[in-house]
Amino acid sequence: MTELIRLTAAELADKLAAGEVSSVEATQAHLDRIAAVDGDVRSFLHVSADALATASAIDARRAAGEKLGPLAGVPIAIKDVLATKDMPSTAGSKILEGWLPPYDATVVAKLRDADLVPLGKTNMDEFAMGSSTEHSAYGPTHNPWDLTRTPGGSGGGSSAAVSAFEAPLALGSDTGGSIRQPAAVTGSVGVKPTYGGVSRYGAIALASSLDQVGPVSRTVLDAGLLHDVIAGHDPLDSTSLGDVWPSMAAAARAGASGEALRGLKVGVVRELSGQDSSAQNGGFQAGVKQRFDETVAALTAAGVEVVEVTAPSFEYAVAAYYLILPAEASSNLARMDSVRFGLRVRPEGGPATIERVMSTTRDAGFGAEVKRRIILGTYALSAGYYDAYYGSAQKVRTLIQRDFAAAFASVDVLISPAAPTTAFPLGSLVDDPLAMYLNDVTTIPANLAGIPGMAIPMGLAPEDGLPVGLQLLAPAHEDARLYTVGAAIETLLTDAWGHSLLSQAPALKEAVK
Amino acid sequence: MSEISADLVRHLAGLARIDLSEAEVESLTGELAQIVESIAKVSEVATPEVVATSHPIPLSNVFREDEVRPSLTVEQALSGAPEREGDRFKVAAILDEEQ
Amino acid sequence: MAKDALLDYDKAIELYEPVLGFEVHVELNTKTKMFCGCANAFGQGANTNTCPTCLGLPGGLPQVNRKAVESSIRLGLALGCEIAENCRFARKQYFYPDLAKNFQTSQYDEPIAFEGSVTIELESGREVTVAIERAHMEEDAGKLTHIGGATGRIQGADHSLVDFNRGGVPLVEIVTKIIEGAEADAPEVGRAYVGAIRDIVRSLGVSNARMEEGNIRCDANVSLRPRGTTKLGTRTETKNVNSLRSVERAVRYEIQRQAAILEAGGTITQETRHWHEDTGSTSAGRPKSDADDYRYFPEPDLVPLAPSRDWVEELRATLPEPPAARRARLREAWGFTKLEFQDVVNGELLDAVEATIAAGATPADARKWWTGELTRIANTRGVAADTLVAPIDVAQLSALIANGELTDRLARQVLEGVIAGEGSPAEVVEKRGLKVVSDDGALIAAIDEALSAQPDVLAKIQDGKVQAAGAVIGAVMKAMKGQADAARVRELILERAGQ
Ligand SMILES: [Mg+2]
Ligand SMILES: [Zn+2]
Repeated sequence: MTELIRLTAAELADKLAAGEVSSVEATQAHLDRIAAVDGDVRSFLHVSADALATASAIDARRAAGEKLGPLAGVPIAIKDVLATKDMPSTAGSKILEGWLPPYDATVVAKLRDADLVPLGKTNMDEFAMGSSTEHSAYGPTHNPWDLTRTPGGSGGGSSAAVSAFEAPLALGSDTGGSIRQPAAVTGSVGVKPTYGGVSRYGAIALASSLDQVGPVSRTVLDAGLLHDVIAGHDPLDSTSLGDVWPSMAAAARAGASGEALRGLKVGVVRELSGQDSSAQNGGFQAGVKQRFDETVAALTAAGVEVVEVTAPSFEYAVAAYYLILPAEASSNLARMDSVRFGLRVRPEGGPATIERVMSTTRDAGFGAEVKRRIILGTYALSAGYYDAYYGSAQKVRTLIQRDFAAAFASVDVLISPAAPTTAFPLGSLVDDPLAMYLNDVTTIPANLAGIPGMAIPMGLAPEDGLPVGLQLLAPAHEDARLYTVGAAIETLLTDAWGHSLLSQAPALKEAVK
Repeated sequence: MSEISADLVRHLAGLARIDLSEAEVESLTGELAQIVESIAKVSEVATPEVVATSHPIPLSNVFREDEVRPSLTVEQALSGAPEREGDRFKVAAILDEEQ
Repeated sequence: MAKDALLDYDKAIELYEPVLGFEVHVELNTKTKMFCGCANAFGQGANTNTCPTCLGLPGGLPQVNRKAVESSIRLGLALGCEIAENCRFARKQYFYPDLAKNFQTSQYDEPIAFEGSVTIELESGREVTVAIERAHMEEDAGKLTHIGGATGRIQGADHSLVDFNRGGVPLVEIVTKIIEGAEADAPEVGRAYVGAIRDIVRSLGVSNARMEEGNIRCDANVSLRPRGTTKLGTRTETKNVNSLRSVERAVRYEIQRQAAILEAGGTITQETRHWHEDTGSTSAGRPKSDADDYRYFPEPDLVPLAPSRDWVEELRATLPEPPAARRARLREAWGFTKLEFQDVVNGELLDAVEATIAAGATPADARKWWTGELTRIANTRGVAADTLVAPIDVAQLSALIANGELTDRLARQVLEGVIAGEGSPAEVVEKRGLKVVSDDGALIAAIDEALSAQPDVLAKIQDGKVQAAGAVIGAVMKAMKGQADAARVRELILERAGQ
């Protein structure tokens, strides 16, 4: 049944609703695919043992004539940053190895209520710190387009799972681009909702004021269907918004008609488009720029008015981000102390006081990047430096919000490449933190401002044949606009190509069973 | 901005309760100095008249009513405990005084 | 621990001016914790009231308890504080095994209440006004038990156990400005101030306010400066002084200890100290060092608090009469002497006496029963007097005496019955048949019998030695099992003796 794995979530949902396929069949097909290719891709840290049982229970209820939700019976992969009652939740860290949470994250509970079928937990950079998934304590995930390259990060496991047809849908989390950049370099679709649009309760916190959970998929419509399941106010998350959200799936369907592009005003953010390739702007790869320019041309041809906008303070975004994130992370990760859960390591010699047990455990349980950022964050918050660092970074956030407000006063959406480069080779940046940080230059401003962002495929880079992603940004609360415009651009491009980008992906060799 | 010295890194590691090896202290000292240098520029534009933004989407007065919600069971609460004694979490002897 | 040298108190005060400061933590009695829906309750099994939030599990998030904020605002208003138009929570970061998240969610540069004052009256009648710097909201830590080691204290323990039921319970921390000019009264000022805070939170009903149960905890800051100098001396902070008497003793002890060191030409180390009830002394704890870097920053998981002025005024309208004012009013109304009134206050019987008077008793009777017999019984039983009987019972009892249906002696027996749960005083009188016998016939019979049994006494009475009647009264009362009016018996004896 390998055909089942190539269906989009929307197509699969239709077949399930029509009774043409059962959830058990669909789930089994994906479990087979995982068994076949995950040895090479390594998207999953844990594969659920209950998936088939869950699926057959859903089939039974459907057979009994029960009215089920639009995605009922559709399998889904869950980033390991989310607490799941029945599956270990480690956030890619050794310090949480084997931890079975006594509760479900709100978004996970919503998935279960909507009768999706959790397939397992996907790999990620430890505590979502990284842009390549190489910082996972459990080894890197490989990019299905080229197994010698990274799938991006931190959510490389989810983007690889979706682009390797191991799952039609996945959940990710995006603190500085961890959904959008992996989507870009794997030719998939990823959305970071408006901050507060999706509950963070049960999402293992990296940076509380930046984190957002969001959908990963192969089409804009699929992302919208999943977005509709997870969005909404959660009283357990005090930063959760009270908005009554329109259906993102409906917004995507409206966009697919193509009409949406006529009369649309789109802004190209100068600072995010490699117009000047100065160091802090990151070196934009030629093929990335080329595909972006072609996309802009295609949009203009389709009747879109494209203008350039500038956001001068974006130059400071990466710097502000690497102060705010470590500061909040150093505090959020303090609870990893060996007392109530997780790893406990006793010191070698000397008295094993709790203080030494904590320090030894945290030294043994955290990876190099996590320690680097905890120390940096501790520094940024420590006496005498707060104003110069954390305080100043919070002011930069204000300036960035002003730049966005000014830009959105004249355009409907902003666009830029979703990442400055295509997937980079495993090991190429892992020892160069600064270069790795700069890979998020395009995605970070949206997190600092809390606005929604989307990444969709816009072709393959000529020089390496690897996917290039387009980023769309809309004002806060206007997530639906992203889906309408994103679906319209998706239709425009795929019609031009005559096929979906992912159908270009090399067939991964199926291990012989 | 201040110089990142090995002693400062040791002090920070103490605050962060991480028992860094000397090798780690050394490499972190170098990396941190480099990172701090590249991010210190935020203070250039953080002028006094700019207000700080702590939350990207401004909200205020978000409350929970004072109504009891079910807690975890004791077994759930202790399910992840590296060590327990009875229904309490067990930890090694404590050196420091309470705060 | 080595015994501290102490300078004579009067000498210490003569040479040095004591400067005080207090941090009082008040545990609020909300139904749920500060940041989660777990029950705020004690005496239950360990770790029964915990959730991902108060257990600091990965992914847990806080939600602010509206009632706790309301109580904090009311307390702030009762302390005469301004209520912030905008304030925030902040993370105070330090590692400790009873602190689930390894940061305490507290308030830093933006407390909910600030700039207030509390006026206290000392025994001498001297009034002292203590300036309040701030009152801020925060959460309590879990409970540690130290196992092994002789003392059960942290020192020498083999390991420790943690119960997080108390973790996340709402606290209000009240911080005074420095208190100068207390002079020799410094220890009493400490006791009176903490007592005033206790009375205020109790009158507001925002806390159970039982110091012995740790609902109210006091940290006392003490420093000395040589007479004629203005620079503040180095202070020590004595932690968790948990009774009014201990506050007084601890302040006094620190004054004498520091004075002795300064007199010997030594210097005071800035440190936290621990109060030991048993030895009545303090011992050195954690030295304050620049290593204490709490790295405060605004809590990103919570949004700012902006109490509307309307809400604040609504809450102001719910404030009860300030305890000090109430005491002044009642003392005046009841016409008690200072000492009489102190008895009632120290016995924590103000409410009981007020209710008893409201139920019809005279202030004198109400005071007599509550501070007398009832307090005596309560002490022997180790309970609070106001748990023995209801004010209405006491009022009834004094009514029965007033109309001659009971003698004091009988009334005490009736009281026993009421305490034993036999019913209201009237009912007990019925059941036990304790009515005064006013039927002269029965009395005369008993008198004649007694007189004939003691002819010598009869003779004395007849010789005019009237006071001899006392012996007969005793016999008669005995015969009547005390259920007679002694005065009436006396009359009748003289009558029967033919006087
Ligand atoms: Mg405090
Ligand atoms: Zn709780």
